[in-house]
Amino acid sequence: MNKAGERLYNGIIKENPTLVLMLGMCPTLAVTTSAINGVGMGLTTTVVLVMSNLLIAMLRKVIPDSVRIPAFIVIIASFVTIVQLLLEAYIPSLYSALGIYIPLIVVNCIILGRAEAYASKNPVIPSIFDGLGMGLGFTLGLTLIGIVREILGAGSVFGYRFLPASMDTLTIFILAPGAFFVLAVLTATMNKIKSRSGKADGPTADCDQLCAGCPNKSCIGRSQNNG
Amino acid sequence: MGKLLAIAIGSAFINNVVLSQFLGICPFLGVSRKVKTAAGMGSAVVFVITLASAVTSLIYKFLLVPFDITYLQTIVFILVIAALVQFVEMFLKKKIKSLYNALGVYLPLITTNCAVLGVALKNVQNSYNILESVVNGFAVSVGFLVAIVIMAGLREKIEYNNVPKAFKGTPIVLVTAGLMAIAFFGFSGLK
Repeated sequence: MNKAGERLYNGIIKENPTLVLMLGMCPTLAVTTSAINGVGMGLTTTVVLVMSNLLIAMLRKVIPDSVRIPAFIVIIASFVTIVQLLLEAYIPSLYSALGIYIPLIVVNCIILGRAEAYASKNPVIPSIFDGLGMGLGFTLGLTLIGIVREILGAGSVFGYRFLPASMDTLTIFILAPGAFFVLAVLTATMNKIKSRSGKADGPTADCDQLCAGCPNKSCIGRSQNNG
Repeated sequence: MGKLLAIAIGSAFINNVVLSQFLGICPFLGVSRKVKTAAGMGSAVVFVITLASAVTSLIYKFLLVPFDITYLQTIVFILVIAALVQFVEMFLKKKIKSLYNALGVYLPLITTNCAVLGVALKNVQNSYNILESVVNGFAVSVGFLVAIVIMAGLREKIEYNNVPKAFKGTPIVLVTAGLMAIAFFGFSGLK
């Protein structure tokens, strides 16, 4: 059971996909206009991540190494389709709020990254907890950004407005540029914390490393295999 | 013709793929150090997205709709795109060496660029016909090219600026992107 706790800690704190590794930037910026959307997107991704990690860990000895990436993509895309249909049927409000970003979970760096880096090499139970930890870490990051943007942009948290109606809010923060500004301040804060604790000098997520955990890397490997 | 023009301008500038739709953020931040590489990446994206929107809309119309399996679109599209990128790479390597030398390194990076899948899905969502899909794909990718080249130009200048230590690297790039997004709001007057 210790292993499970370690995987959860790793995903939520140590290698938090949004705040530390800076993966999955597209949904992070796009759907965090409010806290509730952030939670919805985060949990949807968590479900896909846990299920795909589970199946990939079960099949890790069956899938031939040379076609593993396409196999992972098919598994992930199937779960995304299932989740999409379920959301459309049972939570239509979330479905319409997230829109095109639900099918785009397929190309989220985090999921293929975890499949490649962890689930394809480890047994089933730790893989499930790895997916759960990473998914909750992602949810945490999205919710934080969503809360900040909602407070600044609409003066509310989870739809509950606490500012008096006469007070103006900074609408720019729920529009596209606000996403960039909030994330910029957040990464700058992370840089500051890192440089103070003296772990790594220089910026946390240097742009070359931004895509380091991405399937992009495994893509290059695949093209070399095939070509 | 008027509708095509409206689609093209709308996708390229008003709803810019990077700055207002947030698709393709990864290459936008990762490959925008130098104008030259940014232009290479941008051109490769134009090439792939235009081709991919043509192929995916053909497949949607003649395969998924007749067999009533449109719910499989996400799975089919991502596989088609991945195969297409591989195929384009092999084709260019064998037949058009000069183009391969210019774009080759960027091609494998494009499969997981969410803009490609995003455009394919948007085409279906807006029920564009094949010609409209191709125009939309081309316009979206031109929007990406414009955004990434401007970004690279700005980053080359930022190199010489005195940026606060914590903001060096990604944060200042994100601030720049935010300011660009505000500037692109100006295009909404074109509607």
